[in-house]
Amino acid sequence: MLGFLLNRLWQSAVLLVIVSIIGFVVLNLIPGGPLSQFALDPGMTQADIDRIAAQMGLDRPIVVQYFDWAWKLLQGDWGHSFRDGAPVLDVIWRHLFATLLLMGSSTVIAIALGTWIGIRGATHRYSTFDYVATVGAMVALSIPTFWFGLVGIYVFALKLGWVPAGNMYTIGDQSVLNYLHHLILPSFVLALVNIAIWSRYMRSATLDVINQDFVNTARAKGVTERRVLMKHVVGNALLPMITLAGMQLPSILSGALVTETVFTWPGMGRLFLDSLGYSDYPVVMGLLMFSAILVLAGNLIADIVVAVVDPRIRLG
Amino acid sequence: MTAIAQNTAPPRWWHSRAVRRFRNHKLAMIGVVMIVTLTLACIFGPYLLPYDSLHIDLRARFSPPLTGNYYLGTDPLGRDIAARLLMAGRISLMVGFFAMVLSTLIGTIIGVIAGYRGGWLGAGLMRLVDAFLSFPSIFLLLALAALLKPSPVMITIIIAVTSWMEVARIVEAEVRSLREREFVQAGRMLGLSGAHIMFREILPNAMGPIIVAATLTVARAILLEAYVSFLGYGIQPPLPSWGNMLNGAQQYLASAPWLAIIPGITITIAVTSFNFIGDGLRDALDVRSDPV
Repeated sequence: MLGFLLNRLWQSAVLLVIVSIIGFVVLNLIPGGPLSQFALDPGMTQADIDRIAAQMGLDRPIVVQYFDWAWKLLQGDWGHSFRDGAPVLDVIWRHLFATLLLMGSSTVIAIALGTWIGIRGATHRYSTFDYVATVGAMVALSIPTFWFGLVGIYVFALKLGWVPAGNMYTIGDQSVLNYLHHLILPSFVLALVNIAIWSRYMRSATLDVINQDFVNTARAKGVTERRVLMKHVVGNALLPMITLAGMQLPSILSGALVTETVFTWPGMGRLFLDSLGYSDYPVVMGLLMFSAILVLAGNLIADIVVAVVDPRIRLG
Repeated sequence: MTAIAQNTAPPRWWHSRAVRRFRNHKLAMIGVVMIVTLTLACIFGPYLLPYDSLHIDLRARFSPPLTGNYYLGTDPLGRDIAARLLMAGRISLMVGFFAMVLSTLIGTIIGVIAGYRGGWLGAGLMRLVDAFLSFPSIFLLLALAALLKPSPVMITIIIAVTSWMEVARIVEAEVRSLREREFVQAGRMLGLSGAHIMFREILPNAMGPIIVAATLTVARAILLEAYVSFLGYGIQPPLPSWGNMLNGAQQYLASAPWLAIIPGITITIAVTSFNFIGDGLRDALDVRSDPV
């Protein structure tokens, strides 16, 4: 177990280094590089810019600059926002909760519905339900999330008036109920793609387990079909789901960004777009690195959870 | 007479089992019909419509569908949505297609080298794949699109650069499993060069999974282009794309919902078609059904 942990930690560390190199390359792709904020100022002459470049150490070799940048990153110095001068990590921190809330609630919806659809599809294989679920999943994966959000707003907010068209809460009313009311539509919109993915996975995972010896033994012992399903089939099928959840993290995060833009949800995605609009590159770069670190951490946690739950990995 | 002639003729590729299985795949055939219809409409449709995609008619702004000769209505500038939709389709489908070609090329080359060479180089390349997969694709895509000058060619390149990893993974696994097979060892003993063995001997045997992944990449690329253009960082007006037709649609959602609904349905149809075709190809080419 300890060897496995150390190995996974080492792999994540190596990935983090490669991720940071990619991030650094993108940072230096900006026209004017990290100096672009000064290039926007008409009062600046080339001599001024050169002086600041020397001050910021941008005249040093690129490798030295990378190590300097990465070292600051490790110490928590991610630069300052061009917009209000606040430290980048603080700005991201302020928007993290909204994104995690949206991702969390939509994942709960996706797991609940996806598991149910997947198991029903597997136990009623080749039925109308199974066929509709299969085709439905493929169509669901083809619908642009942002457009689905627009349609959702049109139908449920503008026409039916059941839910608000955007934002996380009504100003002046910060009750839990108000948050939930705003959360419903974006959560379902974000969940759509994941329901499709989870249900396909759950279906094949259930089919893998459903006719194995230990399940048949349980049936032979007179365990009811329902208990067999709940305990033996779902229990074993859920295991690969933990890894899947880790693997799906980047796409859920991407989806959250897309959903947030349509619903003016004050999370990291919204922040990312606003920062792009203001050419606030420190925040853009910070979010790029932060989201990648979030994904790496998520994958690591998923692997550890699987190792803890599954004795075959823990002892093997 | 004709039956005998057919039997003695050498078997053609379109008589193969894979093609027969593909043609029996209902969803895949629906996908093919839909995408062929859409492509033909985008190529020839604009010549048959009464209005040009750039023709501005300020008296006919916000016309709902089926007003006069505006079959799908008009946009906030009074331009014909039908004409713009088809012209946009040319751009969006081209971006999707060429992004697929480019990303498949990158992914195949990296995957073949990583799988065949293995060792440090292979491990390093696969870590690079993992690192690229750690970035939420939209974040990387938008950051690049905002930093670099957006043009159809640049958008295509950016989408390809952020979506080659799946193909690389598939090809690497496939090549690694083929590397020790007898025909490859025979090639080595015959003294064939590494490049010849990699691309002429092994790669043809890994075509099935590559074709399936490439088809699904078209679907993905169309979705990505739509989203980036919707946000205004992709294809720039007056050049229409399905994504940038949706740009601004949200603010007119209450008064002119067709602005949002028509391009969205078109995107969904195109993407669904490619996903159906990919599914059919997976069954026909007997590619191990990969998780997602």
